[in-house]
Amino acid sequence: MEVVLQTLVDGLVVGAFYSLIALGYTMVFGIIKLLNFAHGDLYMLGAFIGFSLLSWLTGDGTGAAGLMGIGVVFLLAMFLVGVIGMGMERLAYRPLLLAPRLSILITAIGVSLFLENGAMIVWSPNFLVYPLQLPQDGWEIFGAHISYTQAALIAISALLMYGLQLFIQRTIYGKAMRAIALDQTACHLMGIDVHRVIGLTFFIGASLAAGAGVMSGAYYGTVNFMMGFIIGLKAFTAAVLGGIGSIPGAMLGGFLLGMMETAGTFLIGGSWKDVVAFSVLILILVLKPTGIMGEKVTERM
Amino acid sequence: MKQQVRRLLQLLLLLLAIVFPFGVNNYWLDVATLVLFYVVLSQGLNVVVGFAGLLDLGYAAFFAVGAYTTGILMTVYGWSFWMTIPVAILLAAISGVIIGAPTLRLRSDYLAIVTLGFGEIIRILAINLDITGSASGIYGIPRPSIVGYTLSGQSDFYYLILLLAILTILAVSRLGRSRIGRAWMYIREDEDAAEAMGINRIRMKLLAYSIGAVIGSLAGSVFAVKMSAIAPLSFSFMQSIMILLAVVLGGLGSIPGVVLGALLVIVLPEVLRSAEDWRYLIFGAALVVMMIYRPQGVWPARYEAVPERQSRDKSAAAAGSLTESDGRSRELS
Repeated sequence: MEVVLQTLVDGLVVGAFYSLIALGYTMVFGIIKLLNFAHGDLYMLGAFIGFSLLSWLTGDGTGAAGLMGIGVVFLLAMFLVGVIGMGMERLAYRPLLLAPRLSILITAIGVSLFLENGAMIVWSPNFLVYPLQLPQDGWEIFGAHISYTQAALIAISALLMYGLQLFIQRTIYGKAMRAIALDQTACHLMGIDVHRVIGLTFFIGASLAAGAGVMSGAYYGTVNFMMGFIIGLKAFTAAVLGGIGSIPGAMLGGFLLGMMETAGTFLIGGSWKDVVAFSVLILILVLKPTGIMGEKVTERM
Repeated sequence: MKQQVRRLLQLLLLLLAIVFPFGVNNYWLDVATLVLFYVVLSQGLNVVVGFAGLLDLGYAAFFAVGAYTTGILMTVYGWSFWMTIPVAILLAAISGVIIGAPTLRLRSDYLAIVTLGFGEIIRILAINLDITGSASGIYGIPRPSIVGYTLSGQSDFYYLILLLAILTILAVSRLGRSRIGRAWMYIREDEDAAEAMGINRIRMKLLAYSIGAVIGSLAGSVFAVKMSAIAPLSFSFMQSIMILLAVVLGGLGSIPGVVLGALLVIVLPEVLRSAEDWRYLIFGAALVVMMIYRPQGVWPARYEAVPERQSRDKSAAAAGSLTESDGRSRELS
């Protein structure tokens, strides 16, 4: 019982990170049908920018950042990476929106290489220790340990996702996004500034990934310039699992993947957890190619 | 006349490749050997992506299949190198079908992800299984020998892989012009129309996967004896991406283009070596610029069969396999 509950909690935390990153994937894919392979690197950038801001705030880790300080750093990192994400779209993807799929995919790989190696030059290739100690104490529920940090991370993620859901359902920009995902040409004719909305989509996706980056940096304690790559793949898996293009699907997929991985780690050992993730992905794609919440895509003729 | 000039150029290039080891130091010989490995690998992937239009992001897995088959058979069972090759070919063909079969129904993006997943699974298997030597890999793979002469020097392996590269190029270019190759290109351009014309879509796709896999595994077998040690690190996602880059940079479906692409992918980072940490950053930026200004690759494929429609064919070739009229609006240009 406690094991199940513990797995559930740990899985929820990992799943929250996956969900936040998967959202960016799914939004970008939904709107311009691009697999943005550089998205995982935005998560890495978020973690690093958070690291630099926190180091600066605490004076190289000697002081302690208050809750307020952490909050400011969190939001600032999200904003900065959001701007980087927008710049990425403007410089690298926009000229290629009409190009074949493969060219834009290669561009995404180029951007990813650029960001990874840029981060390596700026922050050194070493593992850096996050200048932040999060409390380990928490509640004991039925023998499972839930730290305050875990609870807070899950809460923050849920809040961000709820905010996004509201934004997409209630605001005019959210409406425009949904419309563009359906038919770009018609939107253009209707006077929607398509590029602006696409830029906004990148901004939101990038800042959510950055939020996940700061949180996971604080949670795991170390950051490295390669950290974005594998988690980008996982988030992608999560997005596909939930049905790519679907926002609730990305959230669900992230949580499910996080839990399956944690369960897999418990059952067959940590070194196999990626096999679990990818096997699930392949099974889902073969059995139900649209994912759990994806819409049926009519075959193009 | 044009044909003759081309023949002459090809001969000259071949001659240059043959005398190359005599004129350079070991470092550049090593780089050239690596280029030739990439020529073989990218031609293999060219069959899958360039001809048949199946985006494969896990191609390094087949490279691994060949390398590990040869490595295990030679170190554990003491087979001769040449005996391991048929086994590697067989295993690669089977794994090509295994990867191909469930993915045939999928759309191109999903196909890309499934192949990526398979590639990662193969790599993780290599890291975790005992028979593959786990993370440290297999070492002490013996040198192969031909009628008493043991291949050991750097230039010996250069010639071995050069031979493989030439054979691969010949095979792939002939395949591309054959009935099968034309069937692949029809599938790439329009699957449904191809099927309506009587092409067996499933068989052709599986064939493309298997042939690509076999070529990749041959490169892997040679790689195993050349390095005499293999580790999972050599078969990462990045490796698959670099091979794909070679194909796309050179020009999808274009044989000389893909050779040039392989050269660029290996030599550019080497030339940039003086830039140290900056080289992959520059490489990444160069890729973006390249895709923006010349998305069809350095040396795109040309199809000369229908001269009056050449301009359209060219753009179709440039657009490559994955052009889809998927709601991307024209107005955005």
